[in-house]
Amino acid sequence: MVKEIERELPVVHMCTIVPISQTVGANRIIPTIAIPHPLGDPSKTPEEEKALRRKLVERALKALQTEITEQTVFTE
Amino acid sequence: MKLELHRLSIKSLKFGDNTGFKDGTLTVNKAELLEMISEDPLLGKNIDVDIAMPGEKTRIIPVKDVIEPRWKIEGSGQVFPGMVSDVETVGEGKTLVLSGCAVLTAGKIVRFQEGIIDMSGPGADYTPYSKTCNVVLVLEPSDPNMDKHDYEKACRIAGLKAAAYLAKSCAEADSESEIETYEYADIKTGMNSLPELPKVGYLYMLQTQGLLHDTYLYGVDVKRILPTIISPLEVMDGAIVSGNCVSACDKNSTYSHQNNPVIADMLKRHGKDFNFVACIVTNENVTLADKRRSSSYATKLAHMLGLDGIVITEEGFGNPDADLIMNCWKAERYGIKTALLTDEYAGQDGASQSLADSCPEGNACVTAGNANEVIHLPAMEKVIGYAEEANVIAGGWNGSLSEDGSITVELQAITGSTSELGYTKLGAYTL
Amino acid sequence: MAFRVVHYINQFYAGIGGEEKADYMPEIREGVVGPGMAFKGAFKGGAEIVATVICGDSYFASNMDEATAKILDMIREYKPDAFIAGPAFNAGRYGTACGAMCAAVSKEFNIPVISGMYPENPGVEMYKKYAWIIETPDSAAGMRKAVPAMAKLALKLLKGEAIGKPSDEGYIERGIRKNMFYEKLAAERCVDMFVAKLKGEAFETEYKMPVFDRVDPQPAVKDMKHAVIALVTSGGICPKGNPDHIEASSASKFGEYDITGVNDLTSETHCTAHGGYDATYADQNADRVLPVDVMRDLEREGVIGKLHNKFYATVGNGTSVANAKKFGAEIVKRLVADGVTAVILTST
Repeated sequence: MVKEIERELPVVHMCTIVPISQTVGANRIIPTIAIPHPLGDPSKTPEEEKALRRKLVERALKALQTEITEQTVFTE
Repeated sequence: MKLELHRLSIKSLKFGDNTGFKDGTLTVNKAELLEMISEDPLLGKNIDVDIAMPGEKTRIIPVKDVIEPRWKIEGSGQVFPGMVSDVETVGEGKTLVLSGCAVLTAGKIVRFQEGIIDMSGPGADYTPYSKTCNVVLVLEPSDPNMDKHDYEKACRIAGLKAAAYLAKSCAEADSESEIETYEYADIKTGMNSLPELPKVGYLYMLQTQGLLHDTYLYGVDVKRILPTIISPLEVMDGAIVSGNCVSACDKNSTYSHQNNPVIADMLKRHGKDFNFVACIVTNENVTLADKRRSSSYATKLAHMLGLDGIVITEEGFGNPDADLIMNCWKAERYGIKTALLTDEYAGQDGASQSLADSCPEGNACVTAGNANEVIHLPAMEKVIGYAEEANVIAGGWNGSLSEDGSITVELQAITGSTSELGYTKLGAYTL
Repeated sequence: MAFRVVHYINQFYAGIGGEEKADYMPEIREGVVGPGMAFKGAFKGGAEIVATVICGDSYFASNMDEATAKILDMIREYKPDAFIAGPAFNAGRYGTACGAMCAAVSKEFNIPVISGMYPENPGVEMYKKYAWIIETPDSAAGMRKAVPAMAKLALKLLKGEAIGKPSDEGYIERGIRKNMFYEKLAAERCVDMFVAKLKGEAFETEYKMPVFDRVDPQPAVKDMKHAVIALVTSGGICPKGNPDHIEASSASKFGEYDITGVNDLTSETHCTAHGGYDATYADQNADRVLPVDVMRDLEREGVIGKLHNKFYATVGNGTSVANAKKFGAEIVKRLVADGVTAVILTST
């Protein structure tokens, strides 16, 4: 799915299992928390959890604004 | 370690006054079994026990787990340690086995993660549990809004209790059993024996993705373990128990753990083709760090043991493919040769890639078939459970159940159809 | 009664002419033309060529849709049980036409379609998934070899017999996985293969690991403050109750959901249809999979121009690559039409 989108629009893939994303061929990859809650962490308070989510989404926006020539995993 | 399996061959089932074995028939005192199960406050009044025999026009849906009745009549510990008995080490002594018999648990737990077992017709060819005499527990929770995790646990324990109870009740018939003896040396002795043969192991991957995708080892939730070593004989006594609610085709039932065919075949070939040194159990967790840690640790154990090769079996599909692949290439980089056992999701037409991940080292791969292949299951005369679940089960879709009672689903919905422990003869080839 | 077969050939094999006649318009003739004679012999009465379609290679190549539709119409009245095209050997345009017609006939009439080509013919790569293509030598000198093999496979298909492996039947591997019951348990087959690998003996893997293709990265977003960002997920997030009945596994569709005015996904409004992971967390708060709450904040603060008012969701669990590809292509078409700048895709 990610590759079909990439043919037309810049796309960032936010996922937990980065090796699959790399094998399948996503170009901009953001590692996330866990499979059942990629952008959350139920062990945290709702406020902490939202802050965590925001951090990951900001990282995704940064990835979209970064020129790349090959697969890149953005960890900060 | 020496374990004797005392097999009583069950040819038929009936309800009666005293639970026990006579002339190939297992008699089940329904009231007694029901009373024992309903001790659990999590289970409601609405529970039932039914019987399904091979060849009958019976469908069981939705099936959660399948368990073989076993009971230790000699030796330390008791079957299903840490679950329905103490945590003491098992795998030694004598264990009574009701061969040809199984306990099935059925209930709407996670709904899409339960399976179908047809006792006859085309569907029966795809599930190993159409050939067993089945004692079916249909279990409803005491509270319809009960937390799924509590309900799953109640069903899991009920199945294990019933399996232990049935075998225990046949202990007096032990003299009629056929005895199979398994011996397993400690690692030091094992290593020093058979110096001319390659030393090999079995890397046993267990599904542990979350609260309802879990497997237990001596009662411990396997997602919390670091990979560890276990003797193949412990597995036969139920040291590994399924608590899994994932696609029916390739979740490893407790029955398939007890009868793990990879272990059986490796024990058979031990001393001829290789020296089978150990089983390593590992998990399939949900974070990348866990996946990396477990695959590194499991392959490191294989390396520390000086193994020349390992057989690796997966449980489930999708992200566990990443665990499988990491286990494969990490072992190969240690110079440990691997063979992989998995199944495929190649689409209903078989034209898509079968695995979510891959590596060039995975050049020896056996598959238990394409779980997406569609099958039509004709209507049955009797349905134990709830036929309408076919519309929500993984592998089914809205409309899978026709008005005439027939069901069209992917093999994915059939319990054990693409067993990644390799408990069926199904496979695939490329047209 | 013999099975009815329609045969497709080009202008050259029909004896009409070479390159100078390559714009020959489609035509159908009753009975056998050209290489059809050889098929007649090979069928030994088991099947009969009832009609032959002739079409110029250039005409087909430059009018593919029109030619295909026209030929399908011509074929219909002959009520074929099977369709044979070629063999095309290493002729590129002819091979492509044979492949395209096989694919179209198979789709339209759901009957067996068989062609014959040299493995390097471009028609092979394009159409091997849709047709049985017998491997042939690279030129017409191989006709005597190609025809009996094609006829034999056609008869097998017509009789509904099981088709063996490519090497046994002589066709080019289609890349389609087909289930079968083996003699041994999968566990035993695996240990057999393991022993062979340990001993350094030859073995044949049951599944060749896939190699995935790549797409070049798109240029970066220059002006995020005015960008329209869309959310897409394979984590199955949908309005509560899953109104489109997206399957828990092996999804056959995706959903398009309006989030105009939605600032937060809650357990009251949204859930997941995904069957591959513990749904508890996503059902409690779907923002954990599809971050609508944070995106709205960023929109309000002017970090991004706008959050696109629709999100797209499917279930990645056990869903075939072909379907995922189809969904991706359709979704991006709609996103481009709606003026979206970039996409955040989340997966579970």
